[in-house]
Amino acid sequence: MVEARGLWKRFGRTEALSGVDLSVREGIIFALVGPDGAGKTTLLRILAGIMTPDDGKLNIVGCDAVKDPESIKEKIGYLSQRFSLNPVLTVEENIEFFAALYKVPSTARVARTERLLEFSRLGPFKKRQAARLSGGMKQKLSLCCSLIHTPRLLLLDEPTTGVDPISRRELWKILYGLLGEGITIIVSTPYMDEAERAGEIMLLHKGRGLIMGDMQKLRSRYRFALFEVITSNNRSAHELASKRLGHRRAVFFGEKLHLALDSPDDAAGIKSLMEDSGIGVNVMEQVSPGLEDIFIQEITGE
Amino acid sequence: MIPNDEPAVCVEELTKKFDDFVAVDNISFEVARGEVFGFLGPNGAGKSTTIRMLCGVIEPTAGEGSVGGYSILKERSKIKLITGYMSQKFSLYDDLTAAENLEFFSGVYGLYGRERRDRIEWALSMSNLGDRRNDLTGNLSGGFKQRLALGAAILHNPSILFLDEPTAGIDPLSRRDFWDLIYELSSSGVTVFVTTHYMDEAEHCNRIALIDEGKLIRLDTPSGLKRSAATGRIYEISISDWRYGFDLLRREEMRFGKSSVFGSKIHLDYIGEDIKQVRYFLTAQGIDEVSIREVTPSLEDAFVTVLRPTNKNKGDR
Repeated sequence: MVEARGLWKRFGRTEALSGVDLSVREGIIFALVGPDGAGKTTLLRILAGIMTPDDGKLNIVGCDAVKDPESIKEKIGYLSQRFSLNPVLTVEENIEFFAALYKVPSTARVARTERLLEFSRLGPFKKRQAARLSGGMKQKLSLCCSLIHTPRLLLLDEPTTGVDPISRRELWKILYGLLGEGITIIVSTPYMDEAERAGEIMLLHKGRGLIMGDMQKLRSRYRFALFEVITSNNRSAHELASKRLGHRRAVFFGEKLHLALDSPDDAAGIKSLMEDSGIGVNVMEQVSPGLEDIFIQEITGE
Repeated sequence: MIPNDEPAVCVEELTKKFDDFVAVDNISFEVARGEVFGFLGPNGAGKSTTIRMLCGVIEPTAGEGSVGGYSILKERSKIKLITGYMSQKFSLYDDLTAAENLEFFSGVYGLYGRERRDRIEWALSMSNLGDRRNDLTGNLSGGFKQRLALGAAILHNPSILFLDEPTAGIDPLSRRDFWDLIYELSSSGVTVFVTTHYMDEAEHCNRIALIDEGKLIRLDTPSGLKRSAATGRIYEISISDWRYGFDLLRREEMRFGKSSVFGSKIHLDYIGEDIKQVRYFLTAQGIDEVSIREVTPSLEDAFVTVLRPTNKNKGDR
């Protein structure tokens, strides 16, 4: 669906992308994960054909997107971080406007608009002005507008930033629904826990792709045995474990500690070390590493 | 500093109305000294209104409370001196250096002379910005900017610190360093109040208050919330064709409970008696290899389950 090789993009002295390779199969949700400034937006803009890379190859849905960016536009829906809705138009009128923009044949417009209103559950609000919608509804409307020309590839730039968990979950439900209709989705997010919902993931850091694959593949790269620990005195336990393991490998999580051990066999030793210091160990169990654990391993090389 | 045994924050039947709209509706809770306390809820739930009352910025309509021992009704000016506030969009000046920003804020807090110099040095070293002190703030990376914002928020040595989505968009390593700092502050007795939409931030809290439509819905530890919030048990279902399986399960929502997709796996909040029923059902539909295991519900699961019933009929989220 998308094949990119060695994408570079500079803005003055800043290198936004330093040779990114990307490969996205058809029919999946692909998450681009990275902190602010990692290059997510630049990459998505290049994929959307609204920015030209300084160097690199890009093939989207079988077309050379660098040589002929216009050829891919009708196949792509792109939702940027800023809503481009017209606030004085109603929900319906906004969709109508984008339908005209994308030259959707008028015979197909009514049916498509109906479907979009149904799946986004915006139907009851179709006569409401965009300015009077809540944040979550505005976002759903923007999504509808970017889908009116039935693209095969949907690009979403941080659609859940600033969105509460209920709306976020609803958005993911919608995305999985779209997947069922054969639309491939690339979504960017700074949130590690959210990215784990995607079928495949690429970790992006300082303009480079660190690793790419499904969660299972990413987890297999994790070199430590991660243990979740709850003790009678987490602060002292943290101090002890940091001394033994190094400070990056003992991490506080509210009421829990996460310890990255070299091997599961080391758990017993750590446990008795704590107990010898009078710390009661209530829970000590191995857990699978999250994306954040993997990310940190990849950036520090530890 | 607050005496050890007294709660850092205590509110009773706190209410705030804006005309007819009840933004905060009769909430009561206590936060212990040195606690990392999470404040979660959908947009418009009343989080910021509550915090603005706790900081002494606005006056409650009814109820009472104290912050650091001072009344939020009668001693609002004193509260401002003992609270610090930091958000991701913290108002740092990009065209000032790191040190100049701290100079500026120490003036705002009324710090002068030796105390000002000491506090600025302390904030610089605490936020690990010593060798970046003369860098323009606009040129600092997200992680450094955020630590500088924290440094500015704690210059006046507040006993209560309010953090609004403090680590949004920060790289994971800086985020961990940031939380290390927060826990250091909390062990020295600073009470930390975190508002966030992000479950990975909420996981860092000792206790979490869930609020919705101005009401306090639940107050518990993250693991307590996860345990109590599941209406059933959460099962992870792995099958080769998850899309087909997901469609099937969604149609049986009334019988089995709600399902959602994580990657290529399905999470089912099972409300029935025996999970084997689900296995039989899927097998009967022609799915041969079904693997089902129980998983701990995530904090997001908890959040959504606890808050969904009241939101069900709104349709505008």
